Amino acid sequence: MKKIEAIIKPHRLEDVKEGLTGIGVQGMTVTEVKGFGRQKGHTETYRGAEYDATFLTKIKVETVIPDEMLEKVIDTIIEKAKDGKPGDGKIFVSSLEDVIRIRTREKGVAAI
Amino acid sequence: MKRVLMLVLLGFMIFGPTIAAFAAEPDPSGTKTGGAADVVGATANAPTADDLKNLAANEPLAAKLADVIGHNKVSINMVWMLICGFLVMFMQAGFALAETGFTRAKNAGHTMAMNFMVYAIGMLGYWVCGFALQMGGVGGVASLGGGAGLDGEFVISLFGKDFGLFGTKGFFLTGVAYDAVIFSIFLFQMVFMDTTATIPTGAMAERWTFKSFLVYGFFISMFIYPLYANWVWGGGWLSQLGKNFSLGHGVVDFAGSSVVHMTGGVAAFAGAIVLGPRLGKFRKDGKPNAIPGHHIPMALTGCFILAFGWFGFNAGSTLAGGDLRIGVVAVNTMLASAAGAFSSMLYMWMLYDKPDISMGANGFLAGLVAITAPCAFVNSVSAVIIGLVAGVALCMSVFFVERVLKVDDPVGAISVHGVNGAWGILALGLFADGTYGDGLNGVQNTVRGLFYGDASQLVAQIAGIITNIIFVFVVMFVFFKILDKIVPLRVAAELETEGLDQAEVAVTAYPDFSVHKTQI
Repeated sequence: MKKIEAIIKPHRLEDVKEGLTGIGVQGMTVTEVKGFGRQKGHTETYRGAEYDATFLTKIKVETVIPDEMLEKVIDTIIEKAKDGKPGDGKIFVSSLEDVIRIRTREKGVAAI
Repeated sequence: MKRVLMLVLLGFMIFGPTIAAFAAEPDPSGTKTGGAADVVGATANAPTADDLKNLAANEPLAAKLADVIGHNKVSINMVWMLICGFLVMFMQAGFALAETGFTRAKNAGHTMAMNFMVYAIGMLGYWVCGFALQMGGVGGVASLGGGAGLDGEFVISLFGKDFGLFGTKGFFLTGVAYDAVIFSIFLFQMVFMDTTATIPTGAMAERWTFKSFLVYGFFISMFIYPLYANWVWGGGWLSQLGKNFSLGHGVVDFAGSSVVHMTGGVAAFAGAIVLGPRLGKFRKDGKPNAIPGHHIPMALTGCFILAFGWFGFNAGSTLAGGDLRIGVVAVNTMLASAAGAFSSMLYMWMLYDKPDISMGANGFLAGLVAITAPCAFVNSVSAVIIGLVAGVALCMSVFFVERVLKVDDPVGAISVHGVNGAWGILALGLFADGTYGDGLNGVQNTVRGLFYGDASQLVAQIAGIITNIIFVFVVMFVFFKILDKIVPLRVAAELETEGLDQAEVAVTAYPDFSVHKTQI
């Protein structure tokens, strides 16, 4: 099993969600997050003065998938989340030890 | 010590009225106010005093009807003035929303609280003595057929001329002031005073202690506003510059560019200097940081409410619904606001790439402030020019105050009200076209500015500006400095970082949300 954490632009969330559910992803957890990458945010202006907006608002999508879906999920997220400009985000992939469904105590892939 | 002072103040409020009350002949129910005498001069073809005298002998019924017509005329005027006063009262909500929207979420409860309590504090202070000092010597309002009990102007004589300094009738609205007309005048004048009182809360927002704000609220409503207002509107010396020294009609300020707005803006300037900038406003090298307001829709809604109330502010200042100049006044008012919004938007767009809407909103108000004095005396082209200049002056002033003077004014109050208040007074001295104001301040003929042939009117206007700057700035600066020694003006640094809501007014504006930005 793999755990995917994708940091994406907020306005791309709907597309990403539809793309992932379309290829059989069962569920996801979404959080509003703030952060920065290589650009270190950007500057905005207010009343003629600039200020640094270092921490930009992003969406973090977390989902857990069987190993064999990994490539398809990554392709889908890239396809749906890519604007082609800095700030499109990142996908973090990690191996996951176990998943347990609280209601039935099912474990592993069956619990996803 | 502080307790004692508060008790004395409270005692003054409770027992003061009984001391001040004395016998006179006011008309509390208004039944005796307004009669045939008020018909004289009501229109171009109205009966003369002689006509009425003959009428009484020859046609008694018509004479009685003339009496009713006079009463109706006064009623229309009073109803107009009261409704306009109610509109101006609602401007308090506009100020509250505009100032709170342009400041940060962590101080929203505090900024709202100042705008709210200044209404209560200001009104009580004005009732105690502010109204009497301002209007206590005005000697009645012709359009309202009454108010003659306000006949006590304190005057000093210099160079053989009289200089009215302050009024002496109407303390606590008792005695001669217990009169329907005088109460109505109180309402209308009170809401104007409160506009002044609430202007500095914007420039001094996000760092001002509530305690010292309370003392300020009483001080400006009881003394500073009433004195300058007396000089221009209460029959005081600035209004007499025409009669005494042939300077036009004396200082003419139709609805208060100087009396209300400049006084508030100059007081805000003095306060913001003494208080110092918000933490993080200026970098070590002196460059200003932007501290964005937390709720732009709220701020813009506030500006619209202000513009709505401004119809009462300006058109109501005829003190007469029967004075049909109100149509011109109202249109000039809205034209100047449009021009101010447009020119400030263009200025920002051309110089800073974006039509910064917070500056557009300030320009909108700047246009309103600038047209407040000349609104009754100019044509529509002049009104638009006055508004266009106001919007550009606003932008330049905001940057000058912030970048050169290094004074932190979170909402632009100094530039909107102070600078454009002065511009409005000056503009009257330039653009007044001689179609209105015959006999104003005891001077024959209509009001004309420099461009229409009367340079002396401009001189009077400049005298008004200089007097306002010197009097209001010096007194308020010294007042804030002294007050700071007794009741510190500035909140502790850690409170300022944390937000003032809980510590200063015990109400957090947005308890369900995290209101702290990750920086600044």
